[in-house]
Amino acid sequence: MSRIKEKLKQNKKLLSIYFTAGYPKLEDTVEILEQLEKSGVDMVEIGLPFSDPLADGPTIQASSQVALKNGMTTNHLFEQLKDVRKTVSIPLIIMGYFNPMLQYGVENFCKKCAEVGIDGLIIPDLPLAEYQEHYAETFKKYGLINIFLITPQTSEERIRQIDATSEGFIYMVSSASVTGSSEGFGEEQEKYFQRISSMELTNTLIVGFGIQDSKTYTQATSHTNGAIIGSAFIKMILEKGLYGISEFVSSIRKV
Amino acid sequence: MNYNVNEKGYYGEFGGAYIPEMLYPNVEELRQNYLKIMAEESFQKEFRALLKDYVGRPTPLYFAKRLSEKYNTKIYLKREDLCHTGAHKVNNTIGQILMAKRLGKTRIIAETGAGQHGVATATVCALMGLKCIVFMGEIDIERQAPNVARMKMLGAKVVPAISGSKTLKDATNEAIRDWINNPVDTHYIIGSVVGPHPYPDMVARFQSVISEEIKVQLKEKEGKENPNFVVACVGGGSNAAGAFYHYLDIPEVGIIAVEAAGKGIDSGESAATSALGKVGIIHGSKTLLMQTNDGQITEPYSISAGLDYPGVGPMHANLFRSGRGEFISITDDKAMQAGLELCKLEGIIPAIESSHALAIFENRKFKEEDVVVVNLSGRGDKDLDTYIKYFNL
Ligand SMILES: Cc1ncc(COP(=O)(O)O)c(C=O)c1O
Repeated sequence: MSRIKEKLKQNKKLLSIYFTAGYPKLEDTVEILEQLEKSGVDMVEIGLPFSDPLADGPTIQASSQVALKNGMTTNHLFEQLKDVRKTVSIPLIIMGYFNPMLQYGVENFCKKCAEVGIDGLIIPDLPLAEYQEHYAETFKKYGLINIFLITPQTSEERIRQIDATSEGFIYMVSSASVTGSSEGFGEEQEKYFQRISSMELTNTLIVGFGIQDSKTYTQATSHTNGAIIGSAFIKMILEKGLYGISEFVSSIRKV
Repeated sequence: MNYNVNEKGYYGEFGGAYIPEMLYPNVEELRQNYLKIMAEESFQKEFRALLKDYVGRPTPLYFAKRLSEKYNTKIYLKREDLCHTGAHKVNNTIGQILMAKRLGKTRIIAETGAGQHGVATATVCALMGLKCIVFMGEIDIERQAPNVARMKMLGAKVVPAISGSKTLKDATNEAIRDWINNPVDTHYIIGSVVGPHPYPDMVARFQSVISEEIKVQLKEKEGKENPNFVVACVGGGSNAAGAFYHYLDIPEVGIIAVEAAGKGIDSGESAATSALGKVGIIHGSKTLLMQTNDGQITEPYSISAGLDYPGVGPMHANLFRSGRGEFISITDDKAMQAGLELCKLEGIIPAIESSHALAIFENRKFKEEDVVVVNLSGRGDKDLDTYIKYFNL
């Protein structure tokens, strides 16, 4: 059974971290993964940097640019991850935009993911219909779970459709916003989390975008099964370096 | 073969809507409504009236006698440079602002490179009393100061795009991010036949008034609707899409798309997407795209700020791939010379974008009896600074 499904079965509030591969330094990837696992993080999204990240705010834009400048490439990332399964056992997901995968060759990309032990993919700009028509079979062939996003504007009908296509979890974007918003969550989000949660979907709900501290983590997970932190983690790494990881993770989990 | 968009939003293998889920409701709303709204009689009436009385259409189809003599063929210029605001861009912004109003949107965003589309958007927003925010690369804001001032005078807010390479593609990224952040009240007026479906088709339809008029005007002047060739410069490809539109399915009309070679195709400083691009995804569209082997989008270069887009609209990618269109690339130097030549021979100062289309006559020979229509997409006022520097005027 896939590591993602196994993890979701544990039935606890999950904490997942996103970071950009190749940032702050090109060769930090595996060490960050090891430290995240050691600190008790449940799952990781490894960001494959892209020159034009449409759905990302300034923090992830900047980390992507630095990573590319550092020399990160798709090939290099797979090279770095070659032996990662010897030391890291939590689910690993690659999150990235579609064009670099298209250039690599989608089948080739999936094959490499399977070889190094990647469990799933999040591709914000690969739409549901395209995925179903052209890529679903390839993903299945290599045992990869594709994670879809929903937002506060997604219609109920489409959420049901996404739920039917998803395996594992649905990535709930917290608000109408690109990544890295620091506005916190108000009544509107609370209602949205509640509304989706009461739809009783087959898939687990995990919230992302705008989660930055223990308060927003607690809010996000009060009606869902977990949350993903990206920009806030990247900002922390910029300030404190890799040494700050375990302290950061415990600060999120403390209630 | 059909060179228009199919029901799934594709031109051959190009097009589609590769957008994050956050944009899905907006783009879907537009997709479901744009054809219906455009077909409404009240829409057509308002659109046509504004094109006539506000933009100044129909624009003349002018027989360029001295230019024709020089190149020994019959050259007509479609005078989009005489449109209000100085370029064809306004045909699209008029159409889209009427669309936005019917969709109940109250806030308009746009991207701009040279500032022509930004000015055309700010203009129609002033006309309709809608709030206007224009994203523009920080570097372009410096390069195109007069257009920044025009937008401000027209009441628009100009927001610098400080991400990435700080030019047109980044301004487009910022506009898309703004739309993600403001999904309910905002309409995004894209400035060319790029972006996710239905934008390329919608913008092409608004610009198609260009070839609609050419047909009528050529009939008057030459006794036939069809020229032997239609020529247009291609940045994203909107003026070209408009000039080609009603000729796409008429095989005896040759279609010539002119791209910016910059300092030369192999110089590393070029914007000739058909020559240098590979299939990829930019701003929600699968098209030809200048990129690294690793799929990172690269920064194009051209002396004309309106042609330095790293992609090309999916219609044009398909015209190239299918062989329906002939693609020619023109260097900075050739374009500048052709621009100056038009000034001297015809008394018309063209936009540098349009000068690229004019520059093909030196190497691309036509028969004496050929009728060649060149879409003169804009006037050169905005480019005076560049002309002054280049020619030491
Ligand atoms: C005068 C003129 N022509 C052409 C272009 C290129 O755009 P498109 O290829 O969409 O016509 C521009 C863009 O700014 C322009 O201002």
